[in-house]
Amino acid sequence: MGSASANISTSGSSVNKGESLLDTARTIDMMGTDIIIMRHNQSGAPHFIAPYLKASVVNAGDGMNEHPTQALLDMLTMYERFDTFEGKNIAICGDIYHSRVVRSNAIGLKKLGANVSVYGPKTMMPIGIENMGVRIADSVADCIKDADAVMGLRVQLERQQKSLFPSIAEYAKFYAITPEMLALAKPDAFLMHPGPCNHGVELPTAVYDCDQSVINEQVTNGVAVRMAVLYLLMARRNQL
Amino acid sequence: MKLILKNAKKFNEDKTSNIYIADGKFAAEFAEDQADRVIDLKGACVTPGLVDMHCHLREPGGEYKETIKTGTASAAKGGYTSICPMPNTNPVADNAAVISGIMKKAKEADNCRVYPIGAATKGIDGELISEMGLMKEAGIVAVSDDGHPIKNAGIMRKVMEYASDFDLPVLNHCEDKSLSEGAMNEGTVSTTIGIRGIPTAAEDIMIARDIILSEYLNIPVHICHVSTKGGVRMIRDAKARGVKVTCETCPHYFTLTDDCCETYDTNFKMHPPLRTEEHKQAIIEGIKDGTIDAIATDNAPHHADEKVCEFSVALNGILGFETAFALGYTYLVKTGEISMAKLIDLMCYGPSNILKLGRGGMNIGDDADLAVFDLENEFTFDKEKMLSKSRNTPYDGWKLYGETLLTVMGGKVTYEKLC
Repeated sequence: MGSASANISTSGSSVNKGESLLDTARTIDMMGTDIIIMRHNQSGAPHFIAPYLKASVVNAGDGMNEHPTQALLDMLTMYERFDTFEGKNIAICGDIYHSRVVRSNAIGLKKLGANVSVYGPKTMMPIGIENMGVRIADSVADCIKDADAVMGLRVQLERQQKSLFPSIAEYAKFYAITPEMLALAKPDAFLMHPGPCNHGVELPTAVYDCDQSVINEQVTNGVAVRMAVLYLLMARRNQL
Repeated sequence: MKLILKNAKKFNEDKTSNIYIADGKFAAEFAEDQADRVIDLKGACVTPGLVDMHCHLREPGGEYKETIKTGTASAAKGGYTSICPMPNTNPVADNAAVISGIMKKAKEADNCRVYPIGAATKGIDGELISEMGLMKEAGIVAVSDDGHPIKNAGIMRKVMEYASDFDLPVLNHCEDKSLSEGAMNEGTVSTTIGIRGIPTAAEDIMIARDIILSEYLNIPVHICHVSTKGGVRMIRDAKARGVKVTCETCPHYFTLTDDCCETYDTNFKMHPPLRTEEHKQAIIEGIKDGTIDAIATDNAPHHADEKVCEFSVALNGILGFETAFALGYTYLVKTGEISMAKLIDLMCYGPSNILKLGRGGMNIGDDADLAVFDLENEFTFDKEKMLSKSRNTPYDGWKLYGETLLTVMGGKVTYEKLC
């Protein structure tokens, strides 16, 4: 798109020397940056720095809070298949608690009129998620039944150490989206995953590669959505 | 020093009268020409000096946030004449030497009576009981590990038993840390904004344990800053069957809810966390029916660098001295929930009784500790005018009633509003 970009990660930057997030952000800002695209492990980190900067801040994922462009690309992928979102059933299975993808999708899909069902081990279900306008399903089967689109979520394997699930084998047996589970969705339903995927954990490889899978298309749509975000944001900045 | 306060309207009297103070005590009437100073209060409300049983002054070790001098000045501005700093300083106030140092600095500052609370366990690490007897000789009035709740029930039992030998109340911050990895109340708001939650159950479980220990041992226990409906209910039930349990809450638990955290404003981050409206209402109910014995501030100064940052990284706590009375008056008395006399119970006699401080007397011969508040005119609270070194208050810009006009401690004017 003709812009110049620079990548800054915490390793190899002054963050390693104890620089505060605000100081780092101000430094980048003062270099004449137009847009800071920020991924941060703390929820609310972009909300925190944005008021202090001249640059626009794009939230590329903040902690467990939101991943807005992922939800936009997910919705674009659905939009290419749906005539309308109104009344469509979207099933999301996996680690709901830690997922910023779920939160952004719940907000966006609800706005578009879709019904969202979520399911995961109770240890990974956040209290009060139903107040975000989603339905809490009773099982993977209940979640997926009659769905128009099914979304798997990555489960971080190290969560076993915090007793959120006992073993990969058990997770794969009781919580994965198997071919049998996917068969409960509507016949023309399709399968999504924000990636990266743990093959054989939340999705068997056969499901990942099945005809209903649009996971690779999501990646392509991600480029388009992010280009659009940058394009629209720069257009707005140039007007100011 | 002889002082006359003319046209004073005591909080429990309908008519105005004059208050005479001589040699640090309330005195019998004397002629105006004998007074060093005469102040006309023009009918403003006079209360006994307020007592805060739970605060943080940060000295020693945290002088960049607050010192004993600035902290006690801030307390005086809030109408406080007696305050109890918690022991989580650096070094920890777990021995007589540190306590003596605090007492000395407080004496030098001479803004407030400072009654330190000693650590219940050495290093507030919950393992070995502290030298409570020696600390009592140095001036402590209670023991607590405050933000580091004693997780081991066996140690808690020994702390209660040993402290009772020295007639020292045990104050416990109730929180089962194994349930509370989060940074705010667990619920719809924490889920929506992706912040790990602290369940009310973390607080309730330890309150239950402490009530059970108190009942079993027949030794008093005091529950710090209650924030939950379940906590209030258990304490109410325990009191009804005669358990020697007392408790406090803080102004933020009856004025704010976890909705305030939605913008990641770290001035709404504290421990225990702000709860939902249902819990806030239960706190007000507990205040009204006498379950809650005291309103404390949990005044917790923090430097801007510790608050202007990511929500989960920010330190817990807010300033409280300079807003507590006005919040209590505006949100409890003016709304008709409780009487002015009840508010003074909660902010003076209640805490004084729990800690056996003997404060709040206003008869001739009693120490002349008092505060004067403007109950008639609304004021806008401005954080830039605070006397604290820190600015971490969520109440900036709030319109309140009950601005402090004058504070007198032992006959000395420790704060007066410049008109």
